[in-house]
Amino acid sequence: MSDSQSTDFDPVAPNTGEDFEPVDVFDDSDDFDLRPGADSCYKCSTCDTNCPVAEVDDDFPGPKFQGPEQWRLKRRDDDHSVDDSVMDCSNCMRCDNACPSGVNLSQMHNTARGEYVSEELSKLSVEYVRNRLLANYRKSAWLASKVPRLANAAANFGPARWLGEKLLGVTGEREFPDFATETFTEWWAAQGGAAGSKERAREARERRGEPLDADKRVAYFHGCYAEYNTPEVAKALVRVYEHFGYEIVVPEQGCSGTPMFANGMLDDARRDAELNVSSFADLVDEGYDAIASCTSCSMAIRQEYPELFDIDGIDDVAANTFESVEYLRIHEDLEGELADADVGDDLAAEFAYHAPCHARNQGLDRQAVELFGDLDGVGVEDVGDSCSGISGTYGWKAEKYETSMKIGDEMFDHMEAADGETGMTECPTCAMQMEHGTGYDVRHPLELLEAAVVA
Amino acid sequence: MAIDSDVLVIGGGLAGLTSALAAARAGADTRLVSYKQSTLRHASGLVDVLGYTPDGDGPLVDPFDAIPDLPEAHPYRTVGTEMVREALALFDDAVPHYRGSHTDANALVPTHGGTVKPTARYPVGASAGVASDDRDALLVGFEALADFDAPQAAAHLDAAGVPFDVRGATIRFPGDLRADAKITRYAKLLDADSRVPVDGRDQSVRAALAERVRAELDGEERVGFPAILGDDDAAGVREALADALGAAVFEVPMGPPSLPGLRLEDALFDALDSAGASIETGNPVVDYDGGDRIERVSVEKNGARIPYAADQYVLATGGLVGKGVESDRDAVYEPIFDCHVAHAGDRYDWFEDDAFGDHAFPQFGVATDDSLRPEEADGSTEFPNLRAAGSVLGGYDFAAEKSGGGVSLATGYAAGRAAAEETR
Ligand SMILES: Cc1cc2nc3c(=O)[nH]c(=O)nc-3n(C[C@H](O)[C@H](O)[C@H](O)COP(=O)(O)OP(=O)(O)OC[C@H]3O[C@@H](n4cnc5c(N)ncnc54)[C@H](O)[C@@H]3O)c2cc1C
Ligand code: SF4
Ligand code: SF4
Repeated sequence: MSDSQSTDFDPVAPNTGEDFEPVDVFDDSDDFDLRPGADSCYKCSTCDTNCPVAEVDDDFPGPKFQGPEQWRLKRRDDDHSVDDSVMDCSNCMRCDNACPSGVNLSQMHNTARGEYVSEELSKLSVEYVRNRLLANYRKSAWLASKVPRLANAAANFGPARWLGEKLLGVTGEREFPDFATETFTEWWAAQGGAAGSKERAREARERRGEPLDADKRVAYFHGCYAEYNTPEVAKALVRVYEHFGYEIVVPEQGCSGTPMFANGMLDDARRDAELNVSSFADLVDEGYDAIASCTSCSMAIRQEYPELFDIDGIDDVAANTFESVEYLRIHEDLEGELADADVGDDLAAEFAYHAPCHARNQGLDRQAVELFGDLDGVGVEDVGDSCSGISGTYGWKAEKYETSMKIGDEMFDHMEAADGETGMTECPTCAMQMEHGTGYDVRHPLELLEAAVVA
Repeated sequence: MAIDSDVLVIGGGLAGLTSALAAARAGADTRLVSYKQSTLRHASGLVDVLGYTPDGDGPLVDPFDAIPDLPEAHPYRTVGTEMVREALALFDDAVPHYRGSHTDANALVPTHGGTVKPTARYPVGASAGVASDDRDALLVGFEALADFDAPQAAAHLDAAGVPFDVRGATIRFPGDLRADAKITRYAKLLDADSRVPVDGRDQSVRAALAERVRAELDGEERVGFPAILGDDDAAGVREALADALGAAVFEVPMGPPSLPGLRLEDALFDALDSAGASIETGNPVVDYDGGDRIERVSVEKNGARIPYAADQYVLATGGLVGKGVESDRDAVYEPIFDCHVAHAGDRYDWFEDDAFGDHAFPQFGVATDDSLRPEEADGSTEFPNLRAAGSVLGGYDFAAEKSGGGVSLATGYAAGRAAAEETR
C-alpha cells in the first residue's frame, strides 16, 4: 500500500488517544506471498458455486478468478494490474468457507482490493470519496451521535437522500439507520464502568453459589453499530454476562475494519486494527478473553487481522477472541439454563432467523436455531443459507443496490414463508437488509437470551 | 465445559452425513462438525455401489451379487451386503428425489463425456436419460459451456451401442451470458424464470430456451441438457421445459462443480436437520484429548480451540482429496488422531510410473476391525470409541471400481448406527 491516500481525507478515529502511534509494519502489499495458496487451487470451481454475486451478476468473473487466477497472473507479469471487478466482490467470504483445498481466497481478495484502490482508483473520484466515507462509517456515526435526533431527521430527509445518491452514489432507496440518543459507552459509564461490573458480577456469583474469586473476566468489543445504533444489543450482552458472573471491561476501541477491508482501504483498517490489538492484547495477557456481539467484528479480529497485518500480539488476541454467545456455550450450561426458562412480553414470538455469512465462516450459522430450539414461548426458524446481499457497505452503493436486492430476494421469500413476522440475526447490516426487504422488526440472539435467562 | 453430544461425527461428506443421520435416527444426541465443503460438490451426484470388480471386470449388472467376492480388506466385506442394503434404504427414505430402488440391477446413466456409467442411485432429473430406455434422444449443449460437447457425447453414446438414436446440437443460452458464467448463474435464472434479453426484447428464460431447442428437435421423444437446470426448483424447470417441448427432459451429470452433487448435499443436510441433529461447518477438528478413550476433540477457529465432547466419535474426513488422509514426502498419515495408515516405506512404491497403472495411493486409508474401529499396525484397536467411515478408509479404489458413493453410504450408516447403539 502506498501512502497516497492519507492526504485528502483524514478520518480521526474518535477513541484514538493522543499518544497512539500506529506503526507501519507492512507498507507494501506485495509483501504478502500468497503463492502457496494459489498453488493449492486445483480449479474445482467449488468457490464459484458459492459466490452470491456470481449467481446474479453476469459480469462478475467469480472468486476463482479474483483469487488464485489473478494472483498467478500477477506473479508472472509485474505490469499486470488488478482487475476492477474485484470491487464487485462483496467480501462475504463464502468462497473462503467453500474451498476444499484451503485456499485463502478472501485474503487474496482483500489484498488485491487494497492494491486496486491504492494504485488504480483516483483519489479524487466520487467512487473513492464515497467508499472512504462508507468505510469510515464510525466517523460519521460519531458525529451524528452528538446530535442524534437532528442526524436521524436529516439523513432521511427526502431531498438529502436524493442528493446523496446524485452526488455520492449512496443509494436513495434505503433509510439510514437511527442513531440512539445515548451511546452504549455513555450508558456503560453511567453504570459505573468496569468497577460497577465487578460489583454486579460478584453479586451474581454469590447468588449462583460460585467462588467469589472465580476467574470470569471478559473484554467486550462492541463495534460501531452497537455503540451508536443498537445499544440495546450491547446492554443485553452486559446483563447476560453479568448474570453468569462475568466481570466486563470495555477498552478503548475503533472500528473492526470490516467495511474498510471490503472497500480496499487497508491503511484505514490497519490504523484501527492497531488500536484494537494494542488495547486488547494487554487484557488478554492479564487473562481476559475478548468477546464480540457482531459476527463481522469477531471474524475480522480472528481471521482478517492475522491474515493481513503483522501486529504485535495479534495472534494471541485472535486465539482468545470469541463470538459472545459461542463463548457462553463453551463455558456455561446455557442449554440447561434455557431448558428452565421461558420468555414473556414481545419476545415471545416466532423468529425468522438468518445466518450472516461471517457467522457461517466461524461455524456459528446454526447456533441460534440450536440454542433456542427448546425454549418455551419462542420458535426460531432458519430461513435458509442464502446471503442477505447487503454485505455491509455494498448494498449502500447506488450501482450495487440492485445486485444486493437480487441476492437478498431468496432470503426475503423464505422469511415471508416462515411462520414469524420478526427476524433474527447477529449481523447489524443483515438486519438492515432483512428489515428493508420485508418490513420485519429484527432482533439479536443476545436480546432473546437476556429475556430468557436474566428477566 | 465443552459442547456436548452423544455421538460426534467429524466430516460433512456423504459418509459423515449418512453416519450422523443413522445415529440421530437411532435416537442418539448427534452433532456433525465439518471443515469445508465435501467432495459431493465435485461428484456427479450419482451414487455408485459397484460398477466394476477390482480386477476391472464389468460393467456389473448386480453389484450386490459381486460383494462377497471382493477382497477381504474391502469395506463392503467389513460391513456385509445386508448393511449396504440397509444404508441404501436409509438413503432412499432421506432423499426422495433419487431413483433406482426398484431394482438390484445397476442403471446405465449417460455421462457428459458420452460414456455410460453403471450406478445404483441417480437423481430423478437423470431418470429419463437412462440408456436402457429405447426412446430416441436429442442432447443439447451450450456454446459457453465447453464441458459438455453435445454432438461429441452423442457420437460416443452411439459408438457405445446404445439401443436408440441419439443426436447432439449446440445452441446459445438465451440472454448471452458471459463466456465463463458460473453454473449457478444458469440455475438461478432458470429457477426464477427471470427475463432475459432476446433479440432486443425481454423474454422468460424458460420459454426462450424451449424455443431455441424446439428449432433443433426432430421428433426425438426425450431431450438431455447438461445438469444446470435449476437448483431450488429443478423439478419445476424440467417440467416447464418438457411441457414446452412435448418431450421428456433429463439432465446429464457433469464434472465439477456439480449441481446434482450440490442438491444432494442440500437434501442430506435437510434430512439431518429434520432428524434433530446439530450441524456445524467451517472449522476443522485438529486435535483430541484422552488416553485410551477419546475424551474430547478441539475445533480450531483461527487459533482459538473450542472443545467438543462426546461419548462416541465417527471419523469421516475423506481421503486424500477431502484431507482426511494427508501425505508428505516421507509418510501417509491421518492428521487428527494419528490413526495408522498402512503404506510402503519407500514413497516410490506409492505409485507406478504409468499414469493409469495400478497405483497404491488410491487405496491409502485406515484399516478397521469388524465394527469399523481403526486399527494400529499390530491389529489392536486405536480407540474403543472411534469409528471410521467413507473414503478415509483404505482397502478399495473408488475411482476404478465406481464404488465411492456406496462405500461412503454403507460404512457411514454402519458406523453411525453402531456408535448410537453404544451410547444406550
Ligand atoms: C471428482 C470426483 C468425482 C466423483 N464422482 C463420483 C460418482 O460419480 N459416483 C460416486 O458414487 N462417487 C463419486 N465420487 C466419490 C464420492 O464423492 C466419494 O467417494 C464420497 O463422497 C466420499 O465421501 P466422504 O464423506 O468419505 O468424504 P468427503 O466427501 O471427502 O468429505 C470429507 C469431509 O470431511 C471434512 N473434513 C476433512 N478434514 C476435517 C477435519 N479435520 N475436521 C472436520 N472436518 C474435516 C471435509 O471438509 C469434508 O467435508 C467422486 C469423487 C470425486 C473427487
Ligand atoms: S474452491 Fe479452492 S481449489 Fe476449487 S477453484 Fe476455488 S480456490 Fe481453487
Ligand atoms: S467474498 Fe463473496 S462475493 Fe466475494 S468472491 Fe467470495 S463469495 Fe464472491
